[in-house]
Amino acid sequence: MDFEFSAEQQQLKEQARRYLADKCPTTAVRAILEGSDPFDRALWQGLGEMGFLGAAIPEEYGGLGLGYLELCVIAEELGRALAPVPVSSSIFLVAEILKAAGSEEQKQRWLPKLASGEVIGTLASVEATGSVRPSNVALSAKAGTLTGAKSPVLDGDIADIAIVLARHAPGKDAQGLSLYLVDLNQSGIERTVLDTIDPSRSQAKIAFKDAAAELVGAAGDGWRLYEEALDRAAILTGFEQIGGADKALEMGRDYALQRFAFGRAIGSFQAIKHMLADMYVSATLARSNGYFGAYALSTGSADLAEAAATMRVSSTKAFQHCAKNNIQVHGGMGFTWAMDCHLYYRRSNLLAVSLGGLNEWEDKLIDRLRAKNAA
Amino acid sequence: MNFDDTPHEAAFRAEARAWIDANAPKHLLPHLEKAGFGGIELGGLDPMKEAKAWQKKKYDAGWACLHWPKEYGGRGASPIERVIWNQEEGPYAALSGSFIIGHGMCGPTVMDWGPEEAKRELLPRLAAGEDIWCQLFSEPAGGSDLAGLRTKAERDGDDWVINGQKIWTSGAHYSQWGILITRTDPDVPKHKGLTMFFLRMDTPGVRIVPIKQANGQSGFNEVYFDNVRLPDSQRLGGVGEGWKVSLTTLMNERLSIGSGMSAGFPDIFEFCKELELADGTLAINDRGVRSKLAEWACRQSGLKYTGMRAISALSRGENPGPENSIGKLVAGSSLQEIAMFALDLQGQAGAVSDPKLAAMAAKFQAQLLRSPATRVEGGTDEILRNIIGERVLGLPDDMRADKGIAFNKIPTA
Ligand SMILES: Cc1cc2nc3c(=O)[nH]c(=O)nc-3n(C[C@H](O)[C@H](O)[C@H](O)COP(=O)(O)OP(=O)(O)OC[C@H]3O[C@@H](n4cnc5c(N)ncnc54)[C@H](O)[C@@H]3O)c2cc1C
Ligand SMILES: Cc1cc2nc3c(=O)[nH]c(=O)nc-3n(C[C@H](O)[C@H](O)[C@H](O)COP(=O)(O)OP(=O)(O)OC[C@H]3O[C@@H](n4cnc5c(N)ncnc54)[C@H](O)[C@@H]3O)c2cc1C
Repeated sequence: MDFEFSAEQQQLKEQARRYLADKCPTTAVRAILEGSDPFDRALWQGLGEMGFLGAAIPEEYGGLGLGYLELCVIAEELGRALAPVPVSSSIFLVAEILKAAGSEEQKQRWLPKLASGEVIGTLASVEATGSVRPSNVALSAKAGTLTGAKSPVLDGDIADIAIVLARHAPGKDAQGLSLYLVDLNQSGIERTVLDTIDPSRSQAKIAFKDAAAELVGAAGDGWRLYEEALDRAAILTGFEQIGGADKALEMGRDYALQRFAFGRAIGSFQAIKHMLADMYVSATLARSNGYFGAYALSTGSADLAEAAATMRVSSTKAFQHCAKNNIQVHGGMGFTWAMDCHLYYRRSNLLAVSLGGLNEWEDKLIDRLRAKNAA
Repeated sequence: MNFDDTPHEAAFRAEARAWIDANAPKHLLPHLEKAGFGGIELGGLDPMKEAKAWQKKKYDAGWACLHWPKEYGGRGASPIERVIWNQEEGPYAALSGSFIIGHGMCGPTVMDWGPEEAKRELLPRLAAGEDIWCQLFSEPAGGSDLAGLRTKAERDGDDWVINGQKIWTSGAHYSQWGILITRTDPDVPKHKGLTMFFLRMDTPGVRIVPIKQANGQSGFNEVYFDNVRLPDSQRLGGVGEGWKVSLTTLMNERLSIGSGMSAGFPDIFEFCKELELADGTLAINDRGVRSKLAEWACRQSGLKYTGMRAISALSRGENPGPENSIGKLVAGSSLQEIAMFALDLQGQAGAVSDPKLAAMAAKFQAQLLRSPATRVEGGTDEILRNIIGERVLGLPDDMRADKGIAFNKIPTA
């Protein structure tokens, strides 16, 4: 037993941190937040060249073939840096679904391009306000074409391909759902960019009109594949959240050391000190849950589903907690556009819903604990 | 990152499991599995006698105080082996409550600072459960502010003469030995004038007065010292080094109390699976209930894996650091919240604390009444947050009214 990343994995993490400190300072995040570019193309290309995107993609498909633990430490650094690039959509979701369920031809065709960053992928599942569930997926698949709309789709404006959760058989049940791969650069696709709480990661509405699509995995397997993909992505995204939480905590700590009021550093007031201590506690619990999640992911453990839900709830809460209190520590400054606090606050709340909100994951967690208990 | 056993660890686990299976007091299991928070009930059997018997059996077979060196009664096991043992011992560990202070805090302190002869004589007896030890630290004027303690030790030839009072000393009434922190020099700032000792609890001049706790039990005591004479050979560490010595105790306290502490999730989860709400649904199917359960589940597993990460750090040769303070901080408030929530779900019946009548043998009622102490003993929630803030995050110390002032010049109430 060893509950720590290996020395090589720590080195990779250091390397990713240095790389991102250089290529993705918060000024780069701001450039996307404020400017018209939907994502940081140079950074995206660099991440591909460094092999970070392909860390968990097998060598035969153009990746580095390292593994999930390596992808986890990279994810943490991406989260810490608020990297304004579509890693979660393209790698944590689409590459993962193709690895798990894609045909040999699909894997050969797309994985190398996803690993290099040449192609961006995204997962399109949402059609209505509220949790995604079989009964509110109506986008229809007929004779190799899709018709309907998905919104919001994270990175939907910049993606080249999408995996779409669609209904091939009428009704409201899960058996009627399948996953389809769609080339988004075709005439049957129309995209509208959306205003969101975190413009450093863009989102779009995608309308499909008789868009050509091919099945991923077996027909009728869509819902299961979708849920399993969410579990894996929850762990990887969880590492982004842990990275963001840690950074927000550090910002709060640093400000509390340097800001003076009433003749002393505000960090010497217990109201602030204890608030920061509580942030440390949530960040630590999330990290520890994350380590088990990483392990479960890397071994394909039977505990994966439970570990994913645990980590999702824990890391979502930790990032939100640290990001909101970081603003509080900063007082009026925390509410300015110029300070970076709101970037973390925005991202924490985007990630909190991007794979489904806490209420969904709390439900999953309890269901899974119960299933295990009954077993 | 590997949560599985190595072949060596698996072999160790198999050996531990086989021994426990062949030797554990299985007839106590039904009681131990029901054991509530703050005390065990063994269907009329004497818990202390049963605890000592189990401890002695483990000791004789080399399964006591696993991480201690063999010459002091341990097994010289690695931190991971200790975790494996704890996992395998499971519910039987509930028998060992009265040994926690001795094994977890007093033993390690004596091991680091005591004279060799005493270590060889006393530590194996402690490991075997033949002696129970207590921790004589807190005083009426020195709880959170431990270094504000006033119990005096004055040199008299080769001896020391102790006068003063300790309070909240858990288990003093059934302990044979204790470790004691005293003030030997009131003319220097408070942390500098302290010295530590170990002593028999039946030394003449020691008087033990039980305190009735808010939950009705009597686990802790006042201990009075009236011209208690101790030879210098019972000193732990140097004269004036008591603070440094006490940090060994407190550091180990954090690890032994905090890590591996349950946040109380399994009980409330079990309870919610059975309980029907007003609308006829099971509590576990209620959205609001689920949200709370999920929070506690995450704390429970977060603490578990935080504890395991601490063990990995120990395996790499690191000391138990201030980050271990989070165990008790998280567990204490969770236990209290869970107890209150369980009573709330029980409705008007929640007030009944008779184990024969109340749900789950009144576990939650007992937990309600005991958990406030968890947030105080061994460092209050506030002190733990200070430790995290100052020692982990590097925030400035609180403003102190007593900094650098000789102890006898510090203002008191
Ligand atoms: C939207 C907005 C509108 C505003 N409008 C006005 C306006 O019209 N006119 C105007 O004059 N001002 C205005 N303010 C300023 C506002 O009153 C101050 O931001 C606020 O009083 C906090 O002061 P600060 O920003 O300097 O934070 P700081 O005083 O630096 O506080 C930073 C952190 O330290 C904490 N802290 C500070 N001292 C202590 C202490 N003794 N104990 C414990 N914690 C402490 C604070 O609670 C905070 O969390 C506005 C602020 C905002 C956000
Ligand atoms: C069940 C139980 C068993 C115990 N067993 C033992 C034992 O075996 N041996 C032993 O030596 N002691 C023991 N104790 C004592 C325990 O360690 C002390 O009670 C604890 O350290 C708090 O000290 P106090 O009771 O004097 O409270 P105080 O220190 O007077 O604290 C009162 C309140 O003030 C707060 N406070 C104090 N200082 C600060 C500060 N700087 N910042 C913010 N808040 C502050 C505290 O958090 C608390 O809320 C036990 C206590 C309990 C409840």
